[in-house]
Amino acid sequence: MRIACPFCGERENGEFTYLGDAAPKRPNFVVDGGESPERIEDAFYDYVYLRDNLAGVMREYWYHGGGCRSWLVAERNTVTHEFIAVTAAPGAGAASAMRAGE
Amino acid sequence: MSGYSQSEPLARTAPIEANVRKGAKPASQSHRLPGDGIIDRRSPLQFSFDGKTMTGFAGDTLASALVANGVKLVGRSFKYHRPRGIVTAGSEEPSALVEMRTGARREPNTRATTQELYDGLIANSQNRWPSLRRDLMSINQLFAPIFVAGFYYKTFMWPARFWEAIYEPMIRRAAGLGKSAELPDPDHYDKAWAHCDVLVVGAGPAGLSAALAAGRAGSRVILVEEDSLIGGRLLSDGGEIDGLDAREWLRRATRELVSLPNVRIMTRTALFGVYDGGTYAALERVSDNVAMPDRHQVRQRIWRIVARRSVVTAGAIERPIVFSGNDRPGVMMASAVRTYVNRFAALPGKRVALFTNNDDGWRTVETIERAGAHVVAVIDPRHEVPVQYQRLVDTYDLRVLAGVVSDVKGGVDGVRSIVVTNGKNGLTQRIDTDCLAVSGGWNPNVGLSCFHRGKPIWREDIAAFVPGNAPKGMATAGAANGELSLGACLRDGHSAGARAAAECGAVGKPGEASKADDEAYSITPLWHVKGKGKAFVDFQHDVTASDVTLAQREGFESVEHLKRYTTLGMATDQGKTSNINGLAIMAEASGRTIPETGTTIYRPPYAPVAIGAFAGHHRDENFHATRLTPSHHWAARHGAVFVDTGLWKRAQWYPRAGEKDWLESVTREVLAVRNGVGFCDVSTLGKVDVRGADAGAFLDRVYINAFSSLAVGKARYGLMLREDGIVMDDGTTSRLAEDHYFLTTTTAKAGPVMQHLEFCRQVLFPELDVQLTSATDQWAQLSIAGPNARKLLQALVDPSEDLTNEGFPFMGVREVQLRGGVTARLFRISFSGEMAFEISVPARYGAAMAENLMIAGKPYGVTPYGTEALGVMRIEKGHVAGPELNGTTTADDLGLGKMMSKKKDFIGRVMAGREALTAPNRQVVVGIKPVDRARRLRSGAHVIPKGAIPGPQTDQGYVTSVCFSPMLDQWIGLGLVERGRERTGEIVGIHDPLRTEDYEAEICSPVFYDPEGVRQRG
Repeated sequence: MRIACPFCGERENGEFTYLGDAAPKRPNFVVDGGESPERIEDAFYDYVYLRDNLAGVMREYWYHGGGCRSWLVAERNTVTHEFIAVTAAPGAGAASAMRAGE
Repeated sequence: MSGYSQSEPLARTAPIEANVRKGAKPASQSHRLPGDGIIDRRSPLQFSFDGKTMTGFAGDTLASALVANGVKLVGRSFKYHRPRGIVTAGSEEPSALVEMRTGARREPNTRATTQELYDGLIANSQNRWPSLRRDLMSINQLFAPIFVAGFYYKTFMWPARFWEAIYEPMIRRAAGLGKSAELPDPDHYDKAWAHCDVLVVGAGPAGLSAALAAGRAGSRVILVEEDSLIGGRLLSDGGEIDGLDAREWLRRATRELVSLPNVRIMTRTALFGVYDGGTYAALERVSDNVAMPDRHQVRQRIWRIVARRSVVTAGAIERPIVFSGNDRPGVMMASAVRTYVNRFAALPGKRVALFTNNDDGWRTVETIERAGAHVVAVIDPRHEVPVQYQRLVDTYDLRVLAGVVSDVKGGVDGVRSIVVTNGKNGLTQRIDTDCLAVSGGWNPNVGLSCFHRGKPIWREDIAAFVPGNAPKGMATAGAANGELSLGACLRDGHSAGARAAAECGAVGKPGEASKADDEAYSITPLWHVKGKGKAFVDFQHDVTASDVTLAQREGFESVEHLKRYTTLGMATDQGKTSNINGLAIMAEASGRTIPETGTTIYRPPYAPVAIGAFAGHHRDENFHATRLTPSHHWAARHGAVFVDTGLWKRAQWYPRAGEKDWLESVTREVLAVRNGVGFCDVSTLGKVDVRGADAGAFLDRVYINAFSSLAVGKARYGLMLREDGIVMDDGTTSRLAEDHYFLTTTTAKAGPVMQHLEFCRQVLFPELDVQLTSATDQWAQLSIAGPNARKLLQALVDPSEDLTNEGFPFMGVREVQLRGGVTARLFRISFSGEMAFEISVPARYGAAMAENLMIAGKPYGVTPYGTEALGVMRIEKGHVAGPELNGTTTADDLGLGKMMSKKKDFIGRVMAGREALTAPNRQVVVGIKPVDRARRLRSGAHVIPKGAIPGPQTDQGYVTSVCFSPMLDQWIGLGLVERGRERTGEIVGIHDPLRTEDYEAEICSPVFYDPEGVRQRG
């Protein structure tokens, strides 16, 4: 199978590493910002451990470690293994950094 | 060619493989026909089978050469050791499996039907003792009742202790066909990639049509064919295409394909796998047709072919009929009989009987009669002679019997007679014959189209499965698609090839499809002739019809259960000739239809592939890449012993003449550093250049401690966690400029940490202005340690450089000029606990740096040291490393909990605060030393309370790292021990079940040497 890296083009899947579901977002919090520690811990617990086991199209993180070292977000069908779209992670390959919120 | 006589002297030189008996008169080719065939009679080849020397011709397979020599018996069967012969002429062969070659190249289970003949070929029959004709194991037939389906499960149940002592050794002795080589494989294998628009699989009439259409249209075409020749059934059955003889058409088609620069023909290349996204795998048998590969040539090559479209024209496989004695040597598929006669000019029998339930089998009559042999009877259960073959009955005065073959009589020499049962009145008659050609119809080769869980569809009119939902991008055509006439194959192949080319954007014209007749094909399914005696479904695994019905009676009705319970279709042939018959018999026994019964799941590989081919060149020292440190060759010249750490080779110690063991060398190296000066290549540590306005903020988030507060020109030890709160890695990171840090990782984690940092940068914190560059291979880094380190270094740097404590304090970092003009980076950091510097020079200067350290250090007795001495000194200093950073420990477990910043969020911060990760009874890093100072401590030993009985309830931890400490003059270690820090001074039990040792040790501080750290501050 080949995966279409947005920077390198179609490359053999052995160049890539799979990480998993791209849906969970790392919780943002301010240290000593008044939020209850339990709530923060629950949010991190969800982020670290809880995953949906989708049969069908899902968005996943893949790493092109054997190529441009970009983190990619792939839309992939877990039943057919078909890659529908591959896009770069927000900070991948950026010559200048993105500003927060962009 | 027809002028050739058997007395013509052998033109070739003596056989390459030595033990073909020289001088022995080869057996004459008693069954070779004078007709043309596709063999080169000017190139006779000598070979040996079971030590008997015979001849054949270039173009023969081993099977066709054996047929030409009148050999019928070629092996003994798997379970019952029944005599077996050649059944097919292709890669589906279930029976004629031989041991090829000798010595290191010996290979069992090679199909004689696909093995091309070469001069000096040596083959031996399998599964017989002492000889093929007198096989003592055939006594197994007398015990047949115990070898029924599931016999392993039923027979070897009890008593339990018999399993290891008797049953298993017995089964292992009896099982398996042939013996593999016991020496390392002397051959090379290769792996290669190929890319095309249209991949055509199989070069029969349909495949050639498809390749022509796609090639003319302008697509990049790869045509793979497992045979050595292209043509498929045209080579065996001929016919007329576009008004030409099939062989002439084949010549013209070949010429046209070869003339197209966009078409690549790969013969001897069998497609065996279909993978995701249009990737296919094929095995090219590059040198299996010669005694040994040419110099620098590989034996086999695996191709990974990436194709935008594929057209599978893999043909069909003729299926046997299951009847008593159907496995006797001389019972052969009708299509194989035609192949041996027409393609190889080898006659399988002189008095041939034909048993067919379909029109196609009738083709065999003309082949046999034209070859000068005789068809003694045609047995067809359908009661009517097909219209188109009516003329044969008169021409050859054929004896046609409406009925079935119900038994086969014969011995090791093969078929002697058959018993025919009349379909109407049940009367039997015996007919003498030396070859029974059988045709039960044709099974389209659906395997490749079903590898992605495609479900084949049953077609009543041809009584066979045809491809169902083929993988995306794949089309099937020709006989593989259920189109069994030549005309239909040509049309179907052409349109599939043209369509595939158009889908790839080809704009050229595919031309016209070639034309041939559509011969009528009708079939009345006949799966199983019931009767006494063994009727075989799976020849290779000795599965009989009664095994299938027994499985049904015992409740194994699902085809997947049937397969596992009886082992039907589980041999190396993967049931190519047996699966459909087996499930048809199961369908009948269970009162279901064949489509209701269904097929087992098809999985690659389509045909056996040697492990060596999968490995390719990646074996022995090339199993993985080898990374050498910049000073590697220098170290080798100085006699270093190397150790593999990941991909790296690192100097482990430098033995000197007269040292009796590694311990003496390592101890000398440690003492040399502690008392003088030594150096060690530490370039294997991962190095990452971190730049950008937000570099400090970025490092604050990935490390538990702060780096934005680090002063320029300073280094700091950092620890990073995984998001679940467990320690990921450690290392020192230096600030070279306001927006420039230089981060180091452990050797083992360099790759994973880089990946993690990139994830943090690109995914978690894209708003930060920071860039990462891996610099591991760019810098040679040498640690220079010991009380004389500064003096040594002073001799190497420009005299203006101030290396005093005031000018360059502990944990300082800066660029220095070396004498000679090279700019280096200098780090005042210490892993050994001595005053130490790490010096970084561009990797190309690494060896020169080591050499210069030796020269400049001579007055101080400078000593190069390896990873063992490095390890000893870090244990003496209580520094944690891989054995402690083992994926289960927290920062606090390592004694580094205080480093966790309370002021900022960092990766792992929240999860590290969980109850179980902060529990007071966690196992934490401590020092351990045996009470008996002479005792050797071993890592992995368990820590239990003193006097306790060892066991899971009393287990309190284990020893992680040990060394002999020259400074303490005893073995010491680090360990992870429950509540360890509260237990300093306690005497505990050490239990080592692996080495059956029990002794006592004292828990102590992990810092054994210079606990105040005076020495490193120098």
